[in-house]
Amino acid sequence: MSRLKILTEHIDKPEITGIEGYIKHGGYRAVEKALKKMQPDEVTEEVKKSGLRGRGGAGFPTGMKWSFIFKGNDKPRYLLCNADESEPGTFKDRLLMEKIPHLLIEGMIASSFALGVKTAYIYIRGEYMYILHILQKAIDEAYAKGYLGENILGTTYSLDLHVHPGGGAYICGEETALIESLEGKRGNPRIKPPFPAVEGLWGCPTIVNNVETICKVPFIINEGGETYANIGIGASTGTKLISACGNINKPGVYEIELGVPVEEFIYSDEYCGGIKGGKQLKALVPGGSSVPILPNRLITKTAKGEPRLMSYESLSDGGFPTGSMLGSGGFIVFDEDQCIVRNTWNFSRFYHHESCGQCSPCREGTGWMEKILHRMEYGHGRMEDIDLLWDVQRKIEGNTICPFGDASAWPVAAAIRHFRDEFEWHVLHPAEATRRNYGMGRSAEPIEQVTA
Amino acid sequence: MIETTNITFSPERLAEVQTLLKRYPEGKQKSAILPILHLAQKDFGWISVEVMDYVAELLDIQHIEVYEVATFYTMFHLKPVGKNVLEVCRTGPCMLVGSDNIVKYLEQKLSIQDGETTPDGLFTIKTVECLGACGYGPMMQVGEKYHEFLSEERIDQLLEGFRQNATQP
Ligand SMILES: Cc1cc2nc3c(=O)[nH]c(=O)nc-3n(C[C@H](O)[C@H](O)[C@H](O)COP(=O)(O)O)c2cc1C
Ligand code: SF4
Ligand code: FES
Repeated sequence: MSRLKILTEHIDKPEITGIEGYIKHGGYRAVEKALKKMQPDEVTEEVKKSGLRGRGGAGFPTGMKWSFIFKGNDKPRYLLCNADESEPGTFKDRLLMEKIPHLLIEGMIASSFALGVKTAYIYIRGEYMYILHILQKAIDEAYAKGYLGENILGTTYSLDLHVHPGGGAYICGEETALIESLEGKRGNPRIKPPFPAVEGLWGCPTIVNNVETICKVPFIINEGGETYANIGIGASTGTKLISACGNINKPGVYEIELGVPVEEFIYSDEYCGGIKGGKQLKALVPGGSSVPILPNRLITKTAKGEPRLMSYESLSDGGFPTGSMLGSGGFIVFDEDQCIVRNTWNFSRFYHHESCGQCSPCREGTGWMEKILHRMEYGHGRMEDIDLLWDVQRKIEGNTICPFGDASAWPVAAAIRHFRDEFEWHVLHPAEATRRNYGMGRSAEPIEQVTA
Repeated sequence: MIETTNITFSPERLAEVQTLLKRYPEGKQKSAILPILHLAQKDFGWISVEVMDYVAELLDIQHIEVYEVATFYTMFHLKPVGKNVLEVCRTGPCMLVGSDNIVKYLEQKLSIQDGETTPDGLFTIKTVECLGACGYGPMMQVGEKYHEFLSEERIDQLLEGFRQNATQP
């Protein structure tokens, strides 16, 4: 496996953060090439050829998405960079924006050119305010050098780029909620269709792309879509940033060529460096909190018995119940001491807290799941709670305006499928389950009397 | 605790607001609401009704439009908070590496519970959801700064630092 790095090759060089350092290492060549030597459609064509899939979670082909942008009216078009990065376990976009902000800016310019966009925004989660300042400084530098503003590099193309902070709502990562939020409203997802490519920001055609996705565009322009398509494995082309966390020796962000075996990713020194304290691996969430958890026996091999690889296809092998997803690349590792019930409860609390509240199944269901799991974890569970929980998550999935509902249901469903015995143990040994929590120094939670 | 008495931005801030407004098309100035609320919280400490009304007037929109937004996003403090808001991540990946202990330790050290402010107005503890530092947990955000790989010793040092800052003129 070659160790090609498309985004992070120079990331450890401090000078790469500034525009001079970035240019010194080959930066802004893609803008020169695209604006001076290519037609907008040619750029889209290269992105299509590259097989690049969106890195925000859903993995939708980027070139295809771009080709959907509505050209049938003379309304302005917008490109929005999704830098909301709020999926638990995901902390990769932060690295790019903090260390190599001009890569994102260059990607935004080239992508905006391809889409015929005159004004673009980077919507960044409000908590990343220190990164917003880094981006703003980089944007100012780009304006000063003539990469942004009127008649970029003496061409007829002009672009304005702005950063916009969110206010601490996970749902604003969902593209239509992001648009609502950018319009100055509550981040309530919109019913689709119309899709943003037809009617997005202020009713105008809009494309929303993740930071990492946009950052891939300069390489594709410089080296050609085919070169990119030859990296990786099968339809999982190129490289992917994986943010690894949990009980591993070397948490951090790694750029991998898609197709690396999961086992190698966890145990090799180049990546996670194995399980902390030499403990056993119990489970894994490969793509951020909303994707189904994989138990130990399904981590190195798929349900079909093939080696499990870090790729879109391999991680979703068989679909539910044994599959999962590459998602956003938020790789969360659990050692043998971790409690699946507790973790599932924690994630349910997250989803309950973050639900925008528009749909009853999501608004109420996430709350019920949280409460049922809470009482199981704190020694008040009943055997029928497991089926009740199953029932509640089934009633959320597929019955909501946006995919947040599914995202809240999948972790619960997967935990019950794979770790039902652990839920039963909690019901049968309430005192022990509770003691174990206090023993681990965990805060005492008040036991709520719930009747879900 | 910072009280919101005189709710007006300084001339420099007002200039900043004007720059912000230019980022959005004519008539779409409502888009500047989140950036302006962030500035308001920085200057006034928390988002009182008076602050929301002031922001509405700056943007020439209905007061309710600001109330709706300020109450939706968790970063805005709708009640007075301490000088240092210790926002500790409590979500899964941080929990796996001991964020529960960190919250408990802070609660003991400061003799307050999650959500409360110390009587001297120096500290508020607030547990929050994932801040995008999952590999570097346990972590907390204080102001714009991320403090990662927290331990009890590190907490002691940080609290000491905040206290010293507070006594400096
Ligand atoms: C609840 C929810 C949260 C999301 N959060 C993010 C996020 O933080 N960052 C992101 O890029 N995409 C996020 N997405 C996916 C976006 O809706 C959208 O698909 C993505 O930004 C498109 O970019 P891409 O095609 O480059 O992946 C989220 C989706 C949902 C349903
Ligand atoms: S599924 Fe949940 S988050 Fe999505 S629109 Fe409905 S209530 Fe809001
Ligand atoms: S889980 Fe704590 S920062 Fe993500």
